[in-house]
Amino acid sequence: MIGLVNYGMGNLHSVAKALEKTGGKVELVSDADALKQYDRIVLPGVGAFRDCVGALKQTGMDVALKERLAAGTPFLGICLGMQVLMDVSYEFGRYPGLGLIPGAVNPFPASHPERGFKIPHMGWNDVILSSQHEPHPVLAPLAGLQVYYVHSYYCAPEHPEHLLAACSYGDYPFAAAIGRDNIVAVQFHPEKSQRAGLALLEAFQQWNP
Amino acid sequence: MLSKRVIPCLDVAHGRVVKGVQFVDIIDAGDPVEAAIKYDQQGADELTFLDIRASHESRGTLYHMVTEVAEHVFMPLTVGGGVKALADIEGLLHAGADKVSINTAAIFTPELVKDAAERFGSSTIVVAVDAKRVESHWECFTHGGRKPTGINAVEWAKRMSDYGAGEILLTSMDADGTKDGYDIGLTRTVADAISANVIASGGVGTLEHLAEGLQDGKADAVLAASIFHFGTFTIRQSKEFLASRGIPVRL
Repeated sequence: MIGLVNYGMGNLHSVAKALEKTGGKVELVSDADALKQYDRIVLPGVGAFRDCVGALKQTGMDVALKERLAAGTPFLGICLGMQVLMDVSYEFGRYPGLGLIPGAVNPFPASHPERGFKIPHMGWNDVILSSQHEPHPVLAPLAGLQVYYVHSYYCAPEHPEHLLAACSYGDYPFAAAIGRDNIVAVQFHPEKSQRAGLALLEAFQQWNP
Repeated sequence: MLSKRVIPCLDVAHGRVVKGVQFVDIIDAGDPVEAAIKYDQQGADELTFLDIRASHESRGTLYHMVTEVAEHVFMPLTVGGGVKALADIEGLLHAGADKVSINTAAIFTPELVKDAAERFGSSTIVVAVDAKRVESHWECFTHGGRKPTGINAVEWAKRMSDYGAGEILLTSMDADGTKDGYDIGLTRTVADAISANVIASGGVGTLEHLAEGLQDGKADAVLAASIFHFGTFTIRQSKEFLASRGIPVRL
Protein backbone atom coordinates (compact mmCIF):
# COMPACT_ATOMS: atom_id res chain seq x y z
CA MET A 1 0.00 0.00 0.00
CA ILE A 2 1.28 3.45 -0.99
CA GLY A 3 0.85 6.32 1.45
CA LEU A 4 0.22 9.59 -0.37
CA VAL A 5 1.08 12.37 2.06
CA ASN A 6 -1.77 14.84 2.34
CA TYR A 7 -0.76 18.10 3.99
CA GLY A 8 -3.98 19.81 3.05
CA MET A 9 -2.65 22.10 0.36
CA GLY A 10 -4.03 20.87 -2.87
CA ASN A 11 -5.60 18.36 -5.11
CA LEU A 12 -3.94 14.96 -4.89
CA HIS A 13 -6.46 13.41 -7.21
CA SER A 14 -4.24 13.16 -10.29
CA VAL A 15 -1.26 11.68 -8.41
CA ALA A 16 -3.53 9.11 -6.76
CA LYS A 17 -5.18 8.22 -10.07
CA ALA A 18 -1.85 7.87 -11.87
CA LEU A 19 -0.49 5.59 -9.13
CA GLU A 20 -3.66 3.49 -9.32
CA LYS A 21 -3.45 3.37 -13.10
CA THR A 22 0.02 1.84 -12.77
CA GLY A 23 -1.19 -0.87 -10.42
CA GLY A 24 -0.83 0.72 -7.00
CA LYS A 25 -3.16 0.72 -4.04
CA VAL A 26 -3.15 4.23 -2.62
CA GLU A 27 -4.37 5.92 0.52
CA LEU A 28 -4.13 9.55 1.54
CA VAL A 29 -2.26 10.00 4.82
CA SER A 30 -2.83 13.09 6.93
CA ASP A 31 -2.04 11.53 10.30
CA ALA A 32 1.70 11.34 10.99
CA ASP A 33 1.30 8.28 13.23
CA ALA A 34 -0.32 6.37 10.38
CA LEU A 35 2.65 6.81 8.04
CA LYS A 36 4.41 3.68 9.33
CA GLN A 37 1.63 1.47 7.96
CA TYR A 38 2.69 2.07 4.36
CA ASP A 39 5.37 0.27 2.44
CA ARG A 40 5.92 3.13 -0.02
CA ILE A 41 5.54 6.86 0.47
CA VAL A 42 4.81 9.56 -2.11
CA LEU A 43 5.07 13.25 -1.25
CA PRO A 44 3.45 15.41 -3.93
CA GLY A 45 3.93 19.12 -4.08
CA VAL A 46 1.62 22.06 -4.42
CA GLY A 47 1.89 25.59 -3.18
CA ALA A 48 4.71 27.55 -1.62
CA PHE A 49 7.78 26.06 0.09
CA ARG A 50 7.28 27.83 3.40
CA ASP A 51 3.62 26.76 3.67
CA CYS A 52 4.42 23.18 2.74
CA VAL A 53 7.23 22.78 5.29
CA GLY A 54 5.05 24.61 7.84
CA ALA A 55 2.16 22.20 7.28
CA LEU A 56 4.45 19.16 7.51
CA LYS A 57 5.91 20.43 10.78
CA GLN A 58 2.58 21.37 12.27
CA THR A 59 1.19 17.88 11.75
CA GLY A 60 4.37 16.13 12.89
CA MET A 61 4.68 14.69 9.41
CA ASP A 62 8.25 15.98 9.11
CA VAL A 63 9.41 13.79 11.98
CA ALA A 64 7.39 10.80 10.78
CA LEU A 65 8.80 11.16 7.25
CA LYS A 66 12.38 11.32 8.49
CA GLU A 67 11.76 8.26 10.61
CA ARG A 68 10.30 6.23 7.74
CA LEU A 69 13.00 7.33 5.34
CA ALA A 70 15.68 6.31 7.85
CA ALA A 71 13.90 2.96 8.18
CA GLY A 72 14.34 2.37 4.46
CA THR A 73 10.80 2.90 3.10
CA PRO A 74 10.98 3.67 -0.65
CA PHE A 75 10.09 7.34 -1.12
CA LEU A 76 9.12 9.43 -4.13
CA GLY A 77 9.01 13.23 -3.92
CA ILE A 78 7.32 15.22 -6.69
CA CYS A 79 8.00 18.89 -7.51
CA LEU A 80 7.68 20.78 -4.21
CA GLY A 81 7.83 17.32 -2.58
CA MET A 82 11.37 17.20 -3.97
CA GLN A 83 12.32 20.73 -2.97
CA VAL A 84 11.35 20.31 0.70
CA LEU A 85 14.01 17.59 1.03
CA MET A 86 16.76 20.20 0.71
CA ASP A 87 18.43 22.14 3.53
CA VAL A 88 17.13 25.55 2.57
CA SER A 89 14.95 27.39 0.07
CA TYR A 90 15.19 30.95 -1.18
CA GLU A 91 11.54 31.13 -2.25
CA PHE A 92 10.16 34.46 -0.96
CA GLY A 93 12.83 34.65 1.75
CA ARG A 94 15.03 32.05 3.36
CA TYR A 95 13.36 28.99 4.84
CA PRO A 96 14.81 25.76 6.18
CA GLY A 97 13.71 22.49 4.58
CA LEU A 98 13.79 18.94 5.89
CA GLY A 99 17.54 18.65 5.36
CA LEU A 100 17.43 15.16 3.87
CA ILE A 101 19.51 16.05 0.83
CA PRO A 102 22.24 18.69 1.29
CA GLY A 103 21.79 21.71 -0.94
CA ALA A 104 19.50 24.64 -1.68
CA VAL A 105 16.39 25.55 -3.65
CA ASN A 106 17.17 28.54 -5.87
CA PRO A 107 15.06 30.76 -8.10
CA PHE A 108 15.58 30.88 -11.84
CA PRO A 109 16.81 34.30 -12.97
CA ALA A 110 14.18 36.85 -13.99
CA SER A 111 12.21 36.41 -17.19
CA HIS A 112 13.88 37.50 -20.39
CA PRO A 113 10.99 37.23 -22.85
CA GLU A 114 13.12 38.77 -25.59
CA ARG A 115 15.50 35.81 -25.20
CA GLY A 116 12.68 33.32 -24.91
CA PHE A 117 13.33 32.73 -21.23
CA LYS A 118 10.13 32.92 -19.24
CA ILE A 119 9.21 32.15 -15.67
CA PRO A 120 7.73 29.73 -14.69
CA HIS A 121 9.54 27.04 -16.67
CA MET A 122 6.43 25.36 -18.00
CA GLY A 123 6.09 22.60 -20.55
CA TRP A 124 7.73 19.46 -21.85
CA ASN A 125 11.47 19.18 -21.45
CA ASP A 126 14.24 16.58 -21.19
CA VAL A 127 15.41 14.26 -18.45
CA ILE A 128 19.11 13.65 -18.99
CA LEU A 129 20.14 10.69 -16.88
CA SER A 130 23.40 11.10 -14.99
CA SER A 131 26.30 9.32 -16.63
CA GLN A 132 28.12 9.11 -13.30
CA HIS A 133 26.46 5.87 -12.33
CA GLU A 134 24.08 3.26 -13.73
CA PRO A 135 20.69 4.79 -14.58
CA HIS A 136 18.51 4.86 -11.48
CA PRO A 137 15.94 2.03 -11.75
CA VAL A 138 13.03 4.47 -11.22
CA LEU A 139 14.31 6.86 -13.89
CA ALA A 140 15.64 4.39 -16.45
CA PRO A 141 12.29 4.14 -18.34
CA LEU A 142 12.54 7.88 -19.12
CA ALA A 143 15.62 7.63 -21.35
CA GLY A 144 15.00 9.73 -24.45
CA LEU A 145 11.53 10.88 -23.36
CA GLN A 146 10.31 14.33 -22.34
CA VAL A 147 8.30 15.09 -19.21
CA TYR A 148 6.10 17.94 -18.00
CA TYR A 149 7.63 20.63 -15.79
CA VAL A 150 6.00 23.58 -14.01
CA HIS A 151 8.25 25.46 -11.61
CA SER A 152 10.07 28.72 -10.90
CA TYR A 153 12.59 27.31 -8.41
CA TYR A 154 14.99 24.40 -8.72
CA CYS A 155 17.10 22.17 -6.48
CA ALA A 156 20.86 22.55 -6.43
CA PRO A 157 22.19 19.50 -4.55
CA GLU A 158 25.56 20.02 -2.89
CA HIS A 159 26.96 16.59 -3.70
CA PRO A 160 27.12 15.52 -7.34
CA GLU A 161 26.31 11.93 -6.38
CA HIS A 162 22.81 13.05 -5.33
CA LEU A 163 22.09 14.36 -8.82
CA LEU A 164 20.33 11.55 -10.70
CA ALA A 165 19.13 13.44 -13.77
CA ALA A 166 19.39 16.94 -15.18
CA CYS A 167 17.50 19.24 -17.49
CA SER A 168 18.30 22.67 -18.81
CA TYR A 169 16.14 25.71 -19.28
CA GLY A 170 17.73 28.26 -21.54
CA ASP A 171 21.34 28.30 -20.40
CA TYR A 172 20.41 27.04 -16.95
CA PRO A 173 21.10 23.42 -16.09
CA PHE A 174 19.12 22.22 -13.09
CA ALA A 175 18.29 19.01 -11.22
CA ALA A 176 15.49 17.02 -12.86
CA ALA A 177 15.88 14.25 -10.28
CA ILE A 178 17.82 13.76 -7.08
CA GLY A 179 18.11 10.98 -4.56
CA ARG A 180 20.09 8.65 -2.38
CA ASP A 181 19.46 5.22 -0.88
CA ASN A 182 15.66 4.77 -0.71
CA ILE A 183 14.88 8.36 -1.70
CA VAL A 184 14.12 9.46 -5.24
CA ALA A 185 12.62 12.84 -6.07
CA VAL A 186 11.72 14.55 -9.32
CA GLN A 187 11.13 18.17 -10.31
CA PHE A 188 8.67 17.33 -13.08
CA HIS A 189 5.15 15.94 -12.72
CA PRO A 190 4.99 12.23 -13.59
CA GLU A 191 1.22 12.34 -13.08
CA LYS A 192 1.02 14.85 -15.95
CA SER A 193 3.67 13.31 -18.19
CA GLN A 194 1.55 10.78 -20.05
CA ARG A 195 3.29 7.47 -20.81
CA ALA A 196 6.70 8.67 -19.60
CA GLY A 197 5.26 9.61 -16.22
CA LEU A 198 3.23 6.44 -15.89
CA ALA A 199 6.36 4.39 -16.70
CA LEU A 200 8.20 6.16 -13.86
CA LEU A 201 5.37 5.54 -11.38
CA GLU A 202 5.27 1.89 -12.36
CA ALA A 203 9.04 1.60 -11.91
CA PHE A 204 8.79 3.26 -8.49
CA GLN A 205 6.29 0.64 -7.39
CA GLN A 206 8.66 -2.14 -8.41
CA TRP A 207 11.75 -0.52 -6.93
CA ASN A 208 13.46 -2.34 -4.09
CA PRO A 209 16.29 -0.10 -2.92
CA MET B 1 15.28 21.74 -24.88
CA LEU B 2 11.85 23.04 -23.91
CA SER B 3 9.30 21.90 -26.50
CA LYS B 4 6.73 24.11 -28.12
CA ARG B 5 3.27 22.81 -27.22
CA VAL B 6 0.38 21.78 -29.45
CA ILE B 7 -2.95 22.10 -27.64
CA PRO B 8 -6.29 20.91 -28.98
CA CYS B 9 -9.20 22.96 -27.68
CA LEU B 10 -12.56 21.37 -26.96
CA ASP B 11 -15.72 23.39 -26.60
CA VAL B 12 -18.12 21.85 -24.13
CA ALA B 13 -21.71 22.51 -23.20
CA HIS B 14 -23.61 20.67 -20.48
CA GLY B 15 -20.73 18.21 -20.10
CA ARG B 16 -20.60 17.24 -23.79
CA VAL B 17 -18.16 18.20 -26.52
CA VAL B 18 -19.84 20.36 -29.13
CA LYS B 19 -18.83 21.59 -32.54
CA GLY B 20 -20.00 24.76 -34.15
CA VAL B 21 -20.74 24.37 -37.83
CA GLN B 22 -20.30 27.69 -39.62
CA PHE B 23 -20.48 29.23 -36.13
CA VAL B 24 -24.23 28.89 -36.03
CA ASP B 25 -25.42 25.36 -35.51
CA ILE B 26 -23.98 23.63 -32.49
CA ILE B 27 -23.89 19.88 -32.86
CA ASP B 28 -23.10 17.26 -30.27
CA ALA B 29 -19.66 15.88 -30.96
CA GLY B 30 -19.46 13.33 -28.28
CA ASP B 31 -18.12 12.32 -24.97
CA PRO B 32 -15.33 14.50 -23.50
CA VAL B 33 -13.50 11.48 -22.08
CA GLU B 34 -13.40 9.77 -25.47
CA ALA B 35 -12.20 12.97 -27.11
CA ALA B 36 -9.52 13.42 -24.44
CA ILE B 37 -8.31 9.84 -24.89
CA LYS B 38 -8.14 10.29 -28.65
CA TYR B 39 -5.97 13.41 -28.34
CA ASP B 40 -3.87 11.75 -25.65
CA GLN B 41 -3.11 8.87 -28.01
CA GLN B 42 -2.22 11.34 -30.77
CA GLY B 43 0.36 12.96 -28.48
CA ALA B 44 -1.33 16.22 -27.47
CA ASP B 45 0.79 18.19 -25.00
CA GLU B 46 -2.18 19.55 -23.06
CA LEU B 47 -5.94 19.80 -23.38
CA THR B 48 -8.08 22.90 -23.08
CA PHE B 49 -11.80 22.68 -22.33
CA LEU B 50 -13.92 25.78 -22.71
CA ASP B 51 -17.45 25.70 -21.39
CA ILE B 52 -19.32 27.77 -23.97
CA ARG B 53 -22.63 27.56 -22.13
CA ALA B 54 -21.19 28.37 -18.74
CA SER B 55 -23.89 29.10 -16.28
CA HIS B 56 -24.37 28.69 -12.58
CA GLU B 57 -26.62 25.67 -13.14
CA SER B 58 -24.10 23.86 -15.33
CA ARG B 59 -21.16 24.21 -12.90
CA GLY B 60 -21.74 20.81 -11.33
CA THR B 61 -21.82 19.12 -14.71
CA LEU B 62 -18.55 20.80 -15.69
CA TYR B 63 -16.82 19.73 -12.46
CA HIS B 64 -17.98 16.18 -13.00
CA MET B 65 -16.69 16.20 -16.57
CA VAL B 66 -13.27 17.50 -15.49
CA THR B 67 -12.99 14.81 -12.82
CA GLU B 68 -13.84 12.11 -15.30
CA VAL B 69 -11.36 13.36 -17.90
CA ALA B 70 -8.63 13.66 -15.25
CA GLU B 71 -9.13 10.02 -14.31
CA HIS B 72 -8.34 8.88 -17.82
CA VAL B 73 -5.66 11.12 -19.24
CA PHE B 74 -2.44 12.11 -17.52
CA MET B 75 -1.53 15.45 -19.03
CA PRO B 76 -2.19 19.07 -18.10
CA LEU B 77 -5.83 20.15 -18.37
CA THR B 78 -6.92 23.76 -18.71
CA VAL B 79 -10.57 24.56 -18.10
CA GLY B 80 -12.35 27.83 -18.67
CA GLY B 81 -15.77 29.34 -19.12
CA GLY B 82 -17.74 31.45 -16.71
CA VAL B 83 -14.98 31.72 -14.08
CA LYS B 84 -15.95 34.71 -11.93
CA ALA B 85 -14.52 34.14 -8.47
CA LEU B 86 -11.77 32.42 -6.51
CA ALA B 87 -14.32 29.78 -5.50
CA ASP B 88 -14.87 28.86 -9.17
CA ILE B 89 -11.12 28.40 -9.63
CA GLU B 90 -10.83 26.35 -6.47
CA GLY B 91 -13.75 24.17 -7.58
CA LEU B 92 -12.20 23.46 -10.97
CA LEU B 93 -8.76 22.73 -9.50
CA HIS B 94 -10.35 20.41 -7.01
CA ALA B 95 -12.23 18.66 -9.75
CA GLY B 96 -8.92 17.89 -11.48
CA ALA B 97 -8.05 20.90 -13.67
CA ASP B 98 -4.39 21.95 -13.61
CA LYS B 99 -5.00 25.43 -14.94
CA VAL B 100 -8.04 27.66 -15.06
CA SER B 101 -8.72 30.18 -17.78
CA ILE B 102 -10.28 33.51 -16.84
CA ASN B 103 -11.80 35.66 -19.56
CA THR B 104 -14.56 38.22 -19.14
CA ALA B 105 -14.28 38.35 -15.34
CA ALA B 106 -10.68 39.58 -15.64
CA ILE B 107 -11.88 42.62 -17.58
CA PHE B 108 -14.46 43.53 -14.95
CA THR B 109 -12.36 42.58 -11.91
CA PRO B 110 -8.66 42.60 -12.83
CA GLU B 111 -7.76 42.07 -9.17
CA LEU B 112 -9.22 38.58 -9.44
CA VAL B 113 -6.21 37.58 -11.53
CA LYS B 114 -3.77 38.98 -8.97
CA ASP B 115 -5.56 37.27 -6.08
CA ALA B 116 -5.82 34.00 -8.00
CA ALA B 117 -2.13 33.98 -8.94
CA GLU B 118 -1.14 34.66 -5.35
CA ARG B 119 -3.41 32.00 -3.98
CA PHE B 120 -3.02 29.22 -6.55
CA GLY B 121 0.28 30.09 -8.25
CA SER B 122 1.01 31.78 -11.57
CA SER B 123 1.34 28.53 -13.45
CA THR B 124 -2.30 27.75 -12.62
CA ILE B 125 -3.79 30.94 -14.00
CA VAL B 126 -4.46 31.54 -17.69
CA VAL B 127 -6.03 34.77 -18.88
CA ALA B 128 -7.91 34.54 -22.15
CA VAL B 129 -7.61 37.69 -24.24
CA ASP B 130 -9.93 38.09 -27.22
CA ALA B 131 -8.50 40.80 -29.44
CA LYS B 132 -9.73 42.54 -32.56
CA ARG B 133 -7.94 45.03 -34.75
CA VAL B 134 -9.39 48.53 -34.38
CA GLU B 135 -7.65 51.08 -36.60
CA SER B 136 -3.94 50.85 -35.81
CA HIS B 137 -4.10 48.78 -32.62
CA TRP B 138 -5.83 45.77 -31.09
CA GLU B 139 -8.68 46.03 -28.65
CA CYS B 140 -10.08 43.55 -26.11
CA PHE B 141 -13.58 42.26 -26.72
CA THR B 142 -15.81 40.27 -24.41
CA HIS B 143 -18.81 38.03 -24.86
CA GLY B 144 -17.34 36.00 -27.69
CA GLY B 145 -16.08 39.04 -29.53
CA ARG B 146 -19.34 40.95 -29.55
CA LYS B 147 -18.69 43.64 -26.97
CA PRO B 148 -15.84 46.11 -27.31
CA THR B 149 -14.16 47.26 -24.11
CA GLY B 150 -11.98 50.13 -25.29
CA ILE B 151 -9.00 48.37 -23.69
CA ASN B 152 -5.76 48.07 -25.67
CA ALA B 153 -5.16 44.32 -25.96
CA VAL B 154 -1.35 44.44 -25.84
CA GLU B 155 -1.33 46.67 -22.77
CA TRP B 156 -3.98 44.45 -21.21
CA ALA B 157 -1.96 41.28 -21.81
CA LYS B 158 1.03 42.98 -20.21
CA ARG B 159 -1.01 44.02 -17.20
CA MET B 160 -2.39 40.50 -16.77
CA SER B 161 1.12 39.08 -17.04
CA ASP B 162 2.33 41.58 -14.43
CA TYR B 163 -0.60 40.55 -12.22
CA GLY B 164 0.73 37.02 -12.23
CA ALA B 165 -1.05 35.19 -15.04
CA GLY B 166 1.27 32.39 -16.14
CA GLU B 167 -0.17 32.24 -19.64
CA ILE B 168 -2.13 34.41 -22.01
CA LEU B 169 -4.50 32.55 -24.30
CA LEU B 170 -4.50 35.04 -27.13
CA THR B 171 -7.32 34.75 -29.65
CA SER B 172 -7.60 36.98 -32.67
CA MET B 173 -11.29 37.62 -33.25
CA ASP B 174 -10.45 38.73 -36.80
CA ALA B 175 -8.67 35.49 -37.62
CA ASP B 176 -10.93 33.14 -35.67
CA GLY B 177 -12.85 30.87 -37.99
CA THR B 178 -11.18 32.14 -41.17
CA LYS B 179 -8.66 29.28 -41.57
CA ASP B 180 -6.28 31.95 -42.91
CA GLY B 181 -3.81 31.61 -40.06
CA TYR B 182 -3.09 33.32 -36.76
CA ASP B 183 -2.84 37.10 -36.55
CA ILE B 184 0.95 37.03 -36.49
CA GLY B 185 1.34 40.76 -35.83
CA LEU B 186 -0.81 40.53 -32.72
CA THR B 187 0.82 37.31 -31.49
CA ARG B 188 4.35 38.61 -31.92
CA THR B 189 3.62 42.01 -30.40
CA VAL B 190 2.18 40.39 -27.28
CA ALA B 191 4.91 37.71 -27.06
CA ASP B 192 7.60 40.40 -27.21
CA ALA B 193 5.86 42.56 -24.63
CA ILE B 194 5.11 40.16 -21.79
CA SER B 195 6.90 37.68 -19.56
CA ALA B 196 4.02 35.19 -19.38
CA ASN B 197 3.71 32.39 -21.91
CA VAL B 198 1.64 33.10 -25.02
CA ILE B 199 -0.73 30.56 -26.53
CA ALA B 200 -1.68 31.56 -30.07
CA SER B 201 -5.30 30.91 -30.99
CA GLY B 202 -7.75 31.58 -33.80
CA GLY B 203 -7.49 31.03 -37.52
CA VAL B 204 -5.60 27.79 -38.04
CA GLY B 205 -6.38 26.08 -41.32
CA THR B 206 -3.07 24.46 -42.26
CA LEU B 207 0.00 23.00 -40.58
CA GLU B 208 1.98 25.92 -41.98
CA HIS B 209 -0.13 28.21 -39.78
CA LEU B 210 1.00 26.36 -36.65
CA ALA B 211 4.64 26.83 -37.64
CA GLU B 212 4.05 30.54 -38.33
CA GLY B 213 2.47 31.05 -34.92
CA LEU B 214 5.52 29.57 -33.21
CA GLN B 215 8.28 30.95 -35.44
CA ASP B 216 7.00 34.31 -36.69
CA GLY B 217 4.52 34.90 -33.86
CA LYS B 218 7.02 33.70 -31.22
CA ALA B 219 4.24 31.94 -29.31
CA ASP B 220 5.12 29.28 -26.73
CA ALA B 221 2.20 27.08 -27.66
CA VAL B 222 -0.37 26.80 -30.44
CA LEU B 223 -4.00 26.05 -29.87
CA ALA B 224 -6.41 24.83 -32.51
CA ALA B 225 -9.84 23.31 -32.59
CA SER B 226 -11.44 22.53 -35.91
CA ILE B 227 -8.42 21.13 -37.77
CA PHE B 228 -8.20 18.46 -35.09
CA HIS B 229 -11.92 17.90 -34.46
CA PHE B 230 -12.82 17.44 -38.06
CA GLY B 231 -9.90 15.10 -38.58
CA THR B 232 -8.16 17.34 -41.11
CA PHE B 233 -4.89 16.65 -39.30
CA THR B 234 -3.92 14.60 -36.29
CA ILE B 235 -1.83 16.06 -33.49
CA ARG B 236 0.96 13.66 -34.49
CA GLN B 237 0.95 14.97 -38.08
CA SER B 238 1.12 18.54 -36.79
CA LYS B 239 4.07 17.79 -34.56
CA GLU B 240 5.93 15.88 -37.24
CA PHE B 241 5.45 18.86 -39.54
CA LEU B 242 6.71 21.29 -36.90
CA ALA B 243 9.72 19.07 -36.24
CA SER B 244 10.49 19.07 -39.97
CA ARG B 245 10.64 22.87 -39.73
CA GLY B 246 13.22 22.64 -36.97
CA ILE B 247 10.76 23.58 -34.22
CA PRO B 248 11.39 21.68 -30.96
CA VAL B 249 8.37 19.48 -30.21
CA ARG B 250 7.79 16.36 -28.18
CA LEU B 251 7.27 13.41 -30.49
